[in-house]
Amino acid sequence: MSVRVFVPIDAAALSVGAERVAQAVAREAGARGIAIELVRNGSRGLFWLEPLVEVETPAGRIAYGPVAAADVAGLFDADFLAGGAHSLALGPTEEIDFLKRQERLTFARCGIVDPLSLDDYRAHGGWKGLETALGLTGAEIVEQVTQSGLRGRGGAGFPTGIKWRTVLQAPADQKYVVCNADEGDSGTFADRMLMEGDPYALIEGMAIAGVAVGATQGFVYIRSEYPHAFKTFSAAIERATAAGLIGAAVMGRGPAFHLEARLGAGAYICGEETSLLESLEGKRGLVRFKPPLPAIEGLFGKPTIVNNLVSLATVPVIFEKGWQYYRDFGMGRSRGTLPIQLAGNVKRGGLVERAFGITLRELIEDYGQGTASGRPFRAVQVGGPLGAYFPEALLNTPLDYEAFTAAKGMVGHGGVVVFDDRVDLAEQARFAMEFCAVESCGKCTPCRIGSTRGKEVIERIIAGQDRAKNLVLLDDLCTLMLDGSLCALGGLTPYPVLSALQHFPDDFDRPAAAPPARAAE
Amino acid sequence: MAQSAPFDPDIARDVIAGLKHLPGATLPILHALQDRFGYVDAAAVPLIADALNLSRAEIHGVISFYHDFRDAPAGAHVIKLCRAEACQSMGCRDLQRHAEARLGVAMGGTRADRRATLEPVYCLGNCALSPAVMIDGELHGRVNAARFDELIDGLPAFRSGVRR
Repeated sequence: MSVRVFVPIDAAALSVGAERVAQAVAREAGARGIAIELVRNGSRGLFWLEPLVEVETPAGRIAYGPVAAADVAGLFDADFLAGGAHSLALGPTEEIDFLKRQERLTFARCGIVDPLSLDDYRAHGGWKGLETALGLTGAEIVEQVTQSGLRGRGGAGFPTGIKWRTVLQAPADQKYVVCNADEGDSGTFADRMLMEGDPYALIEGMAIAGVAVGATQGFVYIRSEYPHAFKTFSAAIERATAAGLIGAAVMGRGPAFHLEARLGAGAYICGEETSLLESLEGKRGLVRFKPPLPAIEGLFGKPTIVNNLVSLATVPVIFEKGWQYYRDFGMGRSRGTLPIQLAGNVKRGGLVERAFGITLRELIEDYGQGTASGRPFRAVQVGGPLGAYFPEALLNTPLDYEAFTAAKGMVGHGGVVVFDDRVDLAEQARFAMEFCAVESCGKCTPCRIGSTRGKEVIERIIAGQDRAKNLVLLDDLCTLMLDGSLCALGGLTPYPVLSALQHFPDDFDRPAAAPPARAAE
Repeated sequence: MAQSAPFDPDIARDVIAGLKHLPGATLPILHALQDRFGYVDAAAVPLIADALNLSRAEIHGVISFYHDFRDAPAGAHVIKLCRAEACQSMGCRDLQRHAEARLGVAMGGTRADRRATLEPVYCLGNCALSPAVMIDGELHGRVNAARFDELIDGLPAFRSGVRR
């Protein structure tokens, strides 16, 4: 039997040369007359070790990384196919401390299976949740999701089961399930990894949602910055449909559930659920007024479940292992696990799925091993471009929806971006307003105008013009945006700004910088 | 490298006809046209509007709303440089200055010789391997100035001796 060798086809792994490594492995095996089975898996999420090559041995999978194409011949010389010793050898993959100390429920299969292999998916517990759900009534499915404590992983943290119940109870001739895979937050890549590494988990979760509420059509809205994920996920839909797992009858015996992947077009605002629905309908991504809630009047005016990708991909495990099993992870009202994405200036960046309650300090210092630059840590932004900047003093904050709210921050989609001591928080605050101005849909004034004025005010503060007066103005503007914006973009942009002001006031009180030389151009 | 056919209304009509049955077909049609021609020609706007029974203003509004859609062809290579926070933490502001100098074009611009377009992007989902750059749809991680130059030098339109 030929040895199975795994070289990831995840976009991040490819971005550091995984394709060349895969070609080198195939070429070298061919030249040596060794039969191997080259599997292109997703990523394990240990990105500092990518490209991470694994070999299946009788003692389990053995990892080597980061492997460059030039290392491949040496790996063959060292008999890596039998787990041989080599300077890049990392031992059994599952024993790597970063991975060993995780609680992978949503990402249980990611990096392990061949993403598009239906056999692999089934062999690793796939479709069991859907099988179970098909034996339940819609109300029972919704109740179990509610009992599991699952909350929206996109940022708002709204209880998933409650949303589903509203759709279930809304009478309509057509209902929809929409997956929000417009993962625009900087510092996040969980949706991308899952679409590329375990796409059937999302398909299964969406099918369960459809069966639960009586929706026969699903859409996955994938951002265009993820061409690779779009390709893999579209192929997964084709295969699952061809195999009769979804389509005219779920698992060949359930109700119909058709699924289609749609590509976004580079608008951050389309991650907001009503803007996303407008975009799916073929319109400008303008945010809608609520009410009506999308659960009552969503896509094409019909009752619609709009959930984040991670929420939907977590549903299968709740039915595979039971809602009690899932609920028993976590703390307080944050139940289950959170796939945290450790990113930015950090030595060991990647995906850390842990029960809610892990502290920022454990994440950054223990998993991340400090900054990539080796310089002192200074700030961390959690929850994407609308999340707060926290200083060292707040690192003991546990990842928990309520704890973050209390600290005037938000967990968001679980992105954690680390900065070293070279970061200028006044500039970061300015950028937050700039980003809001670039991405505002323009429907409400606090966001559309406020962001531009906010950027200007911060620029004046940085330049040292009437600093005291402008700080009062900025505070007032932030209050207006917080209270008066139609959606979270304008409503949360003050978070990074105010947290920067609160925790890093010195950065706003520097001698005015000399005008940059380029200003004369 | 972007291989685009010159705009042809007959081909555009075929592309539109193949997709107009989709619910909410505007974005799929615009993507398909841009894939085919490299941009959405103004002459395509009334064709789409007719097919979808929408006004030209509505189609124009959609095109102008989304960052992706172009109303003119891009350069031979499209280089998207991430400007978002994770990449900032790893020096993308310096990388942007370097890229602008190396390519001789400001962010958002196309070189006069049309060999390259440099565009900002806000997150490519490669935040543990920052800074990230996407060139002609291909993602690159841990891109410093030297690596950026290597990538540019490897592009067909930039290989030494080749002038387009």
